[in-house]
Amino acid sequence: MADVAIPRAKPQMSEDNAWTQLKHNRNWLGFWFMVPAMAFLIFFLAYPLGLGIWLSFTDTRIGRVGHFVATENYEWLWDDSIFWLSVFNTLLYTFVASALKFAIGLYLALLLNENMPFKAMLRAMVLIPFIVPTVLSALAFWWIFDSQFSIISWSLRHLGLIDQNINFLGDTTWARICVIFANIWRGVPFVAITLLAGLQTVSPSLYEAATLDGATRWQNFRYITYPLLTPIIAVVMTFSVLFTFTDFQLIWAMTRGGPVNATHLMATLSYQRAIIAGQLGEGAAISSAMIPFLLAAIMVSWFGLQRRKWQQGENND
Amino acid sequence: MSSVQIRDVRKSFGNFEVLHGVTVPIEDGQFVVLVGPSGCGKSTLLRMLAGLENITSGTISIGDRVVNNVQPKERDIAMVFQNYALYPHMTVADNMGFSLKLRNASADEINKRVKRAAEILALAPLLDRYPRQLSGGQRQRVAMGRAIVRDPQVFLFDEPLSNLDAKLRVAMRTEIKELHQRLKTTTVYVTHDQIEAMTMADKIVVMHDGIVEQMGTPLELYDKPDNQFVAGFIGSPAMNFLKGHVRVNGVATFEGPNGVKLPLKTAPAASDGRPAVYGVRPEHFTIADDGAEAEIVVVEPTGSETQVFAKIGGEQVVAVFRERHQFNPGDKIRLKPDPSLVHLFDDATGKRLNA
Repeated sequence: MADVAIPRAKPQMSEDNAWTQLKHNRNWLGFWFMVPAMAFLIFFLAYPLGLGIWLSFTDTRIGRVGHFVATENYEWLWDDSIFWLSVFNTLLYTFVASALKFAIGLYLALLLNENMPFKAMLRAMVLIPFIVPTVLSALAFWWIFDSQFSIISWSLRHLGLIDQNINFLGDTTWARICVIFANIWRGVPFVAITLLAGLQTVSPSLYEAATLDGATRWQNFRYITYPLLTPIIAVVMTFSVLFTFTDFQLIWAMTRGGPVNATHLMATLSYQRAIIAGQLGEGAAISSAMIPFLLAAIMVSWFGLQRRKWQQGENND
Repeated sequence: MSSVQIRDVRKSFGNFEVLHGVTVPIEDGQFVVLVGPSGCGKSTLLRMLAGLENITSGTISIGDRVVNNVQPKERDIAMVFQNYALYPHMTVADNMGFSLKLRNASADEINKRVKRAAEILALAPLLDRYPRQLSGGQRQRVAMGRAIVRDPQVFLFDEPLSNLDAKLRVAMRTEIKELHQRLKTTTVYVTHDQIEAMTMADKIVVMHDGIVEQMGTPLELYDKPDNQFVAGFIGSPAMNFLKGHVRVNGVATFEGPNGVKLPLKTAPAASDGRPAVYGVRPEHFTIADDGAEAEIVVVEPTGSETQVFAKIGGEQVVAVFRERHQFNPGDKIRLKPDPSLVHLFDDATGKRLNA
């Protein structure tokens, strides 16, 4: 058999050209399959990111090619109290909104995981805030929190609880509460539905086993649900933190950063400086200043996402 | 350890009744196997015993206490699940000690009891591993370890061996039986595998469509099945059934399909011409000159025995011989059932007719 096979193989080898090599070499083939994805990532992610960072080291304005000014933009920002206020606002906004989104989302997920009538419909309803375009919901909140026509002020007045309208978006504290509230309203469905998906991967027999082992409902959650959910919590919260930190639409539609910059986030400040005021270099510097924070958030989740010891090992299922 | 009394228990899901009044007495220390085809209600009954399902009517008592409204954790029972239900994020030791931890046992106490259980089950070297790092058989043992650690009144097993391969299943069968002989804890074991039931049980409860068809020791069920269902369910290869009529002309005989004459030891009283089902186990055939003519279809030698599939009066039967006959398909042989070991069932109700 071997005697026959070897002479036949030889002439084929000699006919090799680039095309057949391409067809047969799995590495080349793999490379070509990767090209479209790589092109997308390079043109739409890497290039804009690189350009943004480059701009932050120039004094580019709209309509004028800039010159390299090294870290001058950053030095300006270092002494800019509005920039530091926006950093504080962003951290406050991200921290408070993410924490509450997690708490409410987890609560809703646990609730929706129970057997109850109209379960499918309730699950669908939870998604509604998520499917409404952000700007539309922001406009709705703008009206809800309007200083004259606010339905909240109106209701409270008619209940006799307050004498005059609350200036929701005009007062610094109220404005912060309002934009955080709107962000939570919008972000909860994502957290709730994702955690619900995680909850449904937990085998019901684990709860039965734990119940027979003597676990109360709280202990079921504490010792079974929560530990098994941690990998998904890490993913969801990473995304939630990233989305919240870089939030722009809600703020811009509701307050434009006001009053007195109390709700200016780094993203809105960057937009205001770069596009409205035309200082592209400075705006880019503010955007680039977000990178360390975002990297820190990603690092936290990267460590959080690492496969835990119990997830490792071979699977015999 | 405790006795368990299941009295006239019914279970309905909505309007659909799945258990129609089941009564099973279980003595202290007994190993009882609930066996039946899927959908017969055996797992539901076990889950009701565990407290994972409500009891629609009737009572279940453990020891002297009716437990219908007792929380699962207060019933003092331990259960081994079909998929083991090991907590994936806990080590073997933590899995086994979980119930003690919930009862606020001291670390020393937990350690001591987990170690003892681990020794019984040869799990000591695996205590720090996670369930994913274990083989199927090891997981099975951890699940049992979790039950043993608690030292409960009753062990419940829900098809614990069905996820294992055939060889391991046989080994674990012996291991579970050995464990029961050692601990002598009352055990209720659910399976659909009649061989598991036969080999392990002190008492088998055969269930079918929500009722108990028969209960008794394995050999009682094998030798004297109450009805055609039990006769067909217990034993492998299954009992042969031939339809026909009882004839009493001086001697009792059975007229099988196409007029084949088969021997009967005695006929039930006033039964001449009665339609009936003639049951004979494969190993109760002998080759004899006065046997019924049979044409061989397939011969399956297994080494220790030979299974012969043959047609008697057009109906296929299987016979098992310890001797190594040289048969070929198409050969004509004469098969004679041992009349003293023949079973006769009513054609309509399936009830046993002969004593």
